[in-house]
Amino acid sequence: MANPKKGTSQERNEFIWGWIFILPTMIGLIVLNIYPIFKTIYESFFKTGDFGRGNQFIGAANYVKMFGDPEIWQALINTFKYAIVEVPFSIIISLVLAVLLNRKMKGRAVYRTIFFLPMVAAPAAIAMVWRWLFNAEFGLLNHIFGTKTNWVSNPSIAIFSIAIIGIWSIIGYNMVLFISGLQEIPGDYYEAASIDGATGIKQFWHITCPLLSPTIFFVMITRVIGGLQVFDLIYMVIDKNNPALYKTQSLVYLFYQNSFVENNKGYGSTIVVLLLAIIMVITVIQMWGQKKWVHYS
Amino acid sequence: MEAKQKATTALIHIILILISITMLVPFLWMILTAFKTLSESTSVNPFVIFPSEWITENFTKVINNMDFPMLYSNTILLIVGRVVAAVLTATLAGYAFARLNFRGKNFMFSLVLFQMMVPGQIFIIPQYLMVSAMGALNTIFALVFPGLVTAFGTFLLRQAYMGLPKDLEEAARLDGCNIPQTFLYIMAPLTRSSMVALGIFTAVFAYKDLMWPFICNKDVMPLSAALAKMQGQYASNYPQLMAASLLACIPMIILYLIFQKQFIEGIATSGGKL
Repeated sequence: MANPKKGTSQERNEFIWGWIFILPTMIGLIVLNIYPIFKTIYESFFKTGDFGRGNQFIGAANYVKMFGDPEIWQALINTFKYAIVEVPFSIIISLVLAVLLNRKMKGRAVYRTIFFLPMVAAPAAIAMVWRWLFNAEFGLLNHIFGTKTNWVSNPSIAIFSIAIIGIWSIIGYNMVLFISGLQEIPGDYYEAASIDGATGIKQFWHITCPLLSPTIFFVMITRVIGGLQVFDLIYMVIDKNNPALYKTQSLVYLFYQNSFVENNKGYGSTIVVLLLAIIMVITVIQMWGQKKWVHYS
Repeated sequence: MEAKQKATTALIHIILILISITMLVPFLWMILTAFKTLSESTSVNPFVIFPSEWITENFTKVINNMDFPMLYSNTILLIVGRVVAAVLTATLAGYAFARLNFRGKNFMFSLVLFQMMVPGQIFIIPQYLMVSAMGALNTIFALVFPGLVTAFGTFLLRQAYMGLPKDLEEAARLDGCNIPQTFLYIMAPLTRSSMVALGIFTAVFAYKDLMWPFICNKDVMPLSAALAKMQGQYASNYPQLMAASLLACIPMIILYLIFQKQFIEGIATSGGKL
């Protein structure tokens, strides 16, 4: 510190080594992520030529087409329907589970292991077994409930059946995040509340909820983003000839179809730019809304 | 008072057991179906829960049709490639972002944060075009490619380094360590748990990734994509589909049951991105 010359050589060292250390990541990030963002936006102004060659600039025509495309609007509705069911239910269920498990009790680790299990299973396998459970003729669910419901081929309920799979898949993950949030709440708060006569449910509303609100907010933001990107389950559960396809295909599903099945990467890019815009807007709204209910200590 | 407490505990267990059953039924049904004959699996009157005879024919058939050794090795190479690349690059960058001061650092870090906020599908078309231009479609490299670096992992490791006390580095410097030595011998070993967390997180999501393998590799497939393709071919033979699903899931589930503490903590501390 006292020697200015030593200070500058230290600065130079940090500059050189700092850049050497971040260089692999930054090159990768720019090539793999930053450049593709702009490239995708750029592509959305082009019509993809045959065999991916000879792209033709068409200005905003893809956007005009998209906003006039009833399939896109329906996919937007489907995506929101999915997210509106999946996000709140998965958060509420996993919050209740986390609160129930956040105590010394027998079997705690076993429960946690079981609830988290879907996180380590391949989505393709999960989707297939649920599709089989939902099967109208031979499925276990209709057998147990004595129903004849077309869970995944009735266009008016199929998207909710898929949301059930989504909820089932994600509650263990949310729960683990909530448990680690709960463990940061000091026990004294609950002791003081007990002395004041506040019981379980009162404690939940007046201590747990406000103190856990940053974690709830974090889970909510990430789940909303994840929910709006739903693809795997729909792709795996809903066949091309399923009558519910039109009422279940999500934005990302249409992105995949247009980009890689119909090979119109320009239009596919347009769809993913729309998704980007929607996610940005919703995230900004949530960030702004959090001031009203999230308590940072 | 004590009786009331006992009743509450019992009620909690009942709720937890019911939900546990809901979580386990799909897995159990997968197992039960995989050991049934096709006609037993589609029998309605009577509805068959347990196979009358536990047959292994479904497994031998899918093993013959699907070349599981290759699928496992593709999946392992995909996972190893991504984990090694992600942990290595993120550790280096995380340290520099947390502990070194240099010009351009803040701007570069804002790029890292920016990447984390955009939906991943926006990268896919250009990534595909790049792999295609390199002539690398249908290779293990193509599978690993999008995961060579990780913005999220960089963020995670930066957090880990920020949590370490300042004196450590100063002591190392006074002892004559230069920056790479300080990093390698003093600091990096202290973030081992975050590296493990990132490694597990990367492995699980590489294993679960479906869209990218589907797009870039029609032949050199990992398990997830192969399962999806198989569904298209054997759409209604559920005993075989379930047998293949089990074979695809079991290695990860066994690893999870052995290292569950690391898995749960790894994914929980990694927080965010799905």
